[in-house]
Amino acid sequence: MDEPAVLVQDLCVVRGSRTVLPGLTVAVPRGQVVGLLGPSGGGKSTLLRAIVGVQIIESGTVTVLGEPAGSAGLRSRVGYVTQSPSVFADLTVTQNLRYFASLVGASSASIAEAITAVDLTSHADTRVGELSGGQHSRASLAAALVGSPELLVLDEPTVGLDPVLRRDLWELFHRLADAGTTLLVSSHVMDEATRCDRLLLLREGVILADDTPDGLLRRTGAADAEQAFLTLIEAEPAA
Amino acid sequence: MKPRLTLATAGRVLRQVRADPRTIALLIVVPCVLIGLLAWVFSGTPVFDAIGAPLLGIFPFVVMFLVTSVATLRERTSGTLERLLTTPLGKADFLLGYALAFGALAIVQALVATGFAVWVCGLDPVGPTGLLVLVAVVDALLGTAFGLFVSAFARTEFQAVQFMPAFVLPQFLLCGLLVARDEMPTVLHWISNVLPLSYAVDAMTLVSTSADATGQVLGKVGIVLAFAIGALLLGSLTLRRRTA
Ligand SMILES: Nc1ncnc2c1ncn2[C@@H]1O[C@H](COP(=O)(O)OP(=O)(O)OP(=O)(O)O)[C@@H](O)[C@H]1O
Ligand SMILES: [Mg+2]
Repeated sequence: MDEPAVLVQDLCVVRGSRTVLPGLTVAVPRGQVVGLLGPSGGGKSTLLRAIVGVQIIESGTVTVLGEPAGSAGLRSRVGYVTQSPSVFADLTVTQNLRYFASLVGASSASIAEAITAVDLTSHADTRVGELSGGQHSRASLAAALVGSPELLVLDEPTVGLDPVLRRDLWELFHRLADAGTTLLVSSHVMDEATRCDRLLLLREGVILADDTPDGLLRRTGAADAEQAFLTLIEAEPAA
Repeated sequence: MKPRLTLATAGRVLRQVRADPRTIALLIVVPCVLIGLLAWVFSGTPVFDAIGAPLLGIFPFVVMFLVTSVATLRERTSGTLERLLTTPLGKADFLLGYALAFGALAIVQALVATGFAVWVCGLDPVGPTGLLVLVAVVDALLGTAFGLFVSAFARTEFQAVQFMPAFVLPQFLLCGLLVARDEMPTVLHWISNVLPLSYAVDAMTLVSTSADATGQVLGKVGIVLAFAIGALLLGSLTLRRRTA
């Protein structure tokens, strides 16, 4: 199993009149929590969309778990959480998860597990539209956890959450990774960088760094991740 | 296509509708109110007997068209559609799930509206009343299928609502309700021949005016169904897994 979970080669994506990813090559190793960080508008969501196979691409290849991104065989093996929560606001948390579980053929036990994992047990029968913003995005995350996919693609899953919840979710991510799941998590909160096994720094469609948190600090001589990123970004002025 | 996923989707859509009692009330009550109003306006004249049945076919078409196109547009803008298309759910499962769910609502709506028209407003079709219900249900299905198809072209709620006058009103003008289709200028008659609502209204008119036209009515119903299936097929072609 040395083959990476995700292999992106020379990926070029044009959105509107803008070249968002101008030939990007990157690999995501299996069984790790990989953070995708970088400035707003840098192409994080676009890259994640290409990996789950919903982005029209100009050229290049995206291979996920050994198959071309978006192919039918991958659809129950990859879980995707969009940046803005995408669950049905007029259904309860449990009703939502029951539907997503039926799509991937997951057991009803996994529904309760997913609700517990995101700490929504007390709101299991609340309509999603009546949840707070953070609860709403946790419901959206839970919908991707049912069915225990091999690859989880999470677009800013911890945005708007308090420090305790963020810590709990990162612990959950690592438990999943220890059990063999690969997680690709985008974020713009730099202090979350240190919680990742590996970091990708994406700026204007270009990977500025692909390293472990420690490696990054050593290479830049910075004291923390935020400083390391600022060093890298300032070292390579935008095109 | 996977029947299990189609049914799961239909169940989910119905559960969403159930969470919104006001929409259910509107779906059921509005056609009855309109029919009642019509009967009242034309009380003491033979007009209600002439246009009551055709309108019984048109209301469910319009209502289902609107409800479906808004519902699917909501899936698109809320991101749930993007997410669903990364799951094993097929495009056909998605569309048929919606068609089944709204088809079930259409049956209830048609039963209530027809019952109201016949027993409360005194609509007295020459043909069998059961056929009125059948035609009304198929018309509602047609509305759902067109709503699914058209919502692929709408980017915003404003656009989706504008498709109502753009798609439905021309069909309403040409369907033979205002002017009999064979009395229209030739070109308009031709156009009306390729519009599904014309056949829906033909079928309703046949039921209300002749006792033994069941075969003909079923023929027209078949044409309307074919249009509905065609719209669903086009809908699955315009539903894209990958977007820009
Ligand atoms: N639907 C769209 N149509 C056209 N261009 C788009 C669309 N969505 C995003 N873009 C453009 O693609 C670029 C990258 O956007 P993307 O959403 O991938 O950034 P991001 O790194 O996820 O940013 P953020 O951290 O703010 O979420 C931006 O310049 C944006 O303007
Ligand atoms: Mg983004």
